[in-house]
Amino acid sequence: MEEISCRLLVIGAGPGGYVCAIRAGQLGLDTVIVERGRLGGTCLNVGCIPSKAIIHVAEEFEVLKTAAAGKSAFGLSTAEPRVEFARTTAWKDEIVQRLNNGVGGLLRKAQVKTLHGQARFRDGKTVVVETETGSTLVRAETVVIASGSAPVELPFLPFGDEVMSSTGALALTEVPGRLAIVGAGYIGLELGTAFAKLGSKVTVVEALPRILPAYDAELTAPVARRLHELGVEVLLGAQAQSLERGALKVKSADGKARKIAADKILVTVGRRPVVDGLGLEELVLDLDRGFIRIDERCETSMRGVYAIGDVTGEPMLAHRAMAQGEMVAEIVAGHARTWDKRCIPAICFTDPEIVSAGLSPDEARAANQEIKVGVFPFSASGRAMSRANERGFVRVTARADNHLVLGIQAVGQGVSELSTAFGLAIEMGATLEDVAGTIHAHPTLGESFQEAALKALGHALHI
Amino acid sequence: MGEHVVKLPDVGEGVAEAELVEWHVKVGDIVREDDLLASVMTDKATVEIPSPVEGEIIWTGGEVGDTVAIGSELVRVKTAGGSAESKAPPKAETARAAAPESKPEPAAPQTRAPKPELPMAPRKTAPVAARRAPGERPIASPAVRLAAREAGVDLRQVAGSGPAGRITHEDLEAFLARGPDTPAAAGLTRRTDVTEVKVVGLRRRIAEKMALSKSRIPHITIVEEVDVTALEELRAALNKKAAADRPKLTVLPFLMRAIVRAVAELPALNALFDDDAGIVRQYAGVHIGIATQTPAGLVVPVVKHAEARNLWDCATEVARLAERARDGSASRDDLTGSTITITSLGPLGAIATTPVINHPEVAIVGVNRMAVRPMWDGTAFAPRKMMNLSSSFDHRVIDGWDAAVFVQRLKELLETPALLFVDA
Repeated sequence: MEEISCRLLVIGAGPGGYVCAIRAGQLGLDTVIVERGRLGGTCLNVGCIPSKAIIHVAEEFEVLKTAAAGKSAFGLSTAEPRVEFARTTAWKDEIVQRLNNGVGGLLRKAQVKTLHGQARFRDGKTVVVETETGSTLVRAETVVIASGSAPVELPFLPFGDEVMSSTGALALTEVPGRLAIVGAGYIGLELGTAFAKLGSKVTVVEALPRILPAYDAELTAPVARRLHELGVEVLLGAQAQSLERGALKVKSADGKARKIAADKILVTVGRRPVVDGLGLEELVLDLDRGFIRIDERCETSMRGVYAIGDVTGEPMLAHRAMAQGEMVAEIVAGHARTWDKRCIPAICFTDPEIVSAGLSPDEARAANQEIKVGVFPFSASGRAMSRANERGFVRVTARADNHLVLGIQAVGQGVSELSTAFGLAIEMGATLEDVAGTIHAHPTLGESFQEAALKALGHALHI
Repeated sequence: MGEHVVKLPDVGEGVAEAELVEWHVKVGDIVREDDLLASVMTDKATVEIPSPVEGEIIWTGGEVGDTVAIGSELVRVKTAGGSAESKAPPKAETARAAAPESKPEPAAPQTRAPKPELPMAPRKTAPVAARRAPGERPIASPAVRLAAREAGVDLRQVAGSGPAGRITHEDLEAFLARGPDTPAAAGLTRRTDVTEVKVVGLRRRIAEKMALSKSRIPHITIVEEVDVTALEELRAALNKKAAADRPKLTVLPFLMRAIVRAVAELPALNALFDDDAGIVRQYAGVHIGIATQTPAGLVVPVVKHAEARNLWDCATEVARLAERARDGSASRDDLTGSTITITSLGPLGAIATTPVINHPEVAIVGVNRMAVRPMWDGTAFAPRKMMNLSSSFDHRVIDGWDAAVFVQRLKELLETPALLFVDA
């Protein structure tokens, strides 16, 4: 068996792993990264990036359909728009391919050695990698587990031809006629909305009494209204039960059984940590409901073994994994670092989009905080009007005593890009006066952030 | 229109300068003749400077706390009178030259002991630390957090000066320069405000006097216990029989009589040591300074010629001087001329003290608290009223032997008070 040794071994080349390896390379650490699939992990191959590509196509197609139906508010018209879905997927795959290559190039530039294969721990410092060309024994001073997560499968709806995960949905080569979705979390709703716009008859089944349970009702209401407009049927408080001859059997909220005819069934009920085949049983790692337990430096219960990203649990977000990866590389290089981020922004690329950074008003109140809340609706924004989409609002929550901004949420078309401003404000420790006192360029949706801060201070100008 | 220059008048024999302790006027004020302009403090007394003319104040010289030479300009007053007297040279030197023709007879300075209200108003500086409840997460930008991490600083210990208590780079640098504070215990908050009190007037005099005494005089302190049971019985009997016009006797008059007796035998202790000239002047008269706490600070009024005063005389004089010292009406004469000093904190007197000699004297007698203690009389413990004396001596001119003899003599006289009244 070939043997190599290194300072740092990273298992998994998703956003957490590859960023960790690149940063380690920059810091001069002798680094090896192992990936059993394609570089970039879930995010790049079967998550964030391809889903956003599909969502973009769906939005463009929706605009054309509205124009073709003579419903354009501003006089746009067209005839019989069509989507060649094969070309859509080819375009999407090309983006993924470019990014795959990009990650490979970045790793090479950082002088990181990449091994393609399945890693398996022999002990805390030794990992065997089964590659196509044979086994390689890697001895590493430090190991970072960044093996990610995978969609949860329901036992009564095993993934197969008809039942698919988000990965399957993003690999579709044609738009399904009838699509049933189990789980109204952000993944299910993002894809459901896109396929609804692309022409599918979409039905969403959610066990809880509301969609997007991670967000408060004020934020999700515009999304629920839009789903209704798009003809998406949402069954709340309903239990998916089984698959019966092209139909999803559901027990609805009122206890009645119902069959939803579906060509495809998308199951998006959560994600589980990927630890299979890693040989974690050879290590003594504390787990928390299957996820690897870490401390504030991302170190596991074993010295010299770190874990980052989805395998460590919620929030399972690429940007969290990247920040953890960067931090761990610096810790391994001997720098003093600890996880001290104030917020991890989260976005739902639904229609309209939802963005959240920091605490919601309810969460702040639950933390016994006296608060001021300022809400500015996009219906009062000139930019929102000129984009013919006035849905939603920006909402700022701040401490009542010293006006420290605790949280910012927004729902509206294109608000995902505001996440940078929201995150920066919270990370810098901005007060309402800081936000209100910053000139926000006109006309933009971002002005609504400033206005919401002014509103919380009691002197909004445009409402 | 004329201008009148008021200069600091001669405020006492041999006084070359005085400290400006209070302004009663400011530029722009209208004063009438005899209105007070300023207070200055000399060796021991505060002197009020009245205005000799009527007019508008157009210039004041010096700030509170400044030392002003006798004869230098204090204020300039714009008067309505003729211009003959209007000479307003800009510099003190020329003012002195111009003084003879421009200065009318200054109004008699009113000499007073230090006023209780001295310009020591505390000035508060703005608190540097914004409040952050215990356990609350510190607010700082990522760059500040990184810098703190690399410097090994836990930001929870750092006070933030920014909005909402945000910790700035400057706060972190200040913390690094200053070092960590002790963390506040649960329920308690750390306070970092600093109050500046300017040391002026009497307080400055005390500070200088104490520094002089302690830096120049090698002190030797002897603590001895005195059985004052008999003295207390005598005192009680005398007070019981005392006529209404006689003051109540404290221990002090007895101690004064004892000192008079003791120094008669040991004249070296009733002396002033002019250490610059290398001369010890032994005084026949016993002028006993009584260290007295006043609202403004420590002053030492002097009972002159204690050797010529009986018990009640001493008591009356001590009471009069204490009263005048406390209400600020003691004269310069009341406050100078002591040759030996008594210091007593009464019930606060503790078990022992290390009194600081009133320079240029050579001895000071400190009275400690009286208490009933069990004393062995040879066969049994008996309750006795005991009181310690803590006395300090200038070891340059007083040997330990002489000091001890003096203390033993005081003890003897106080324990058998009849000796105080017997001509040896």
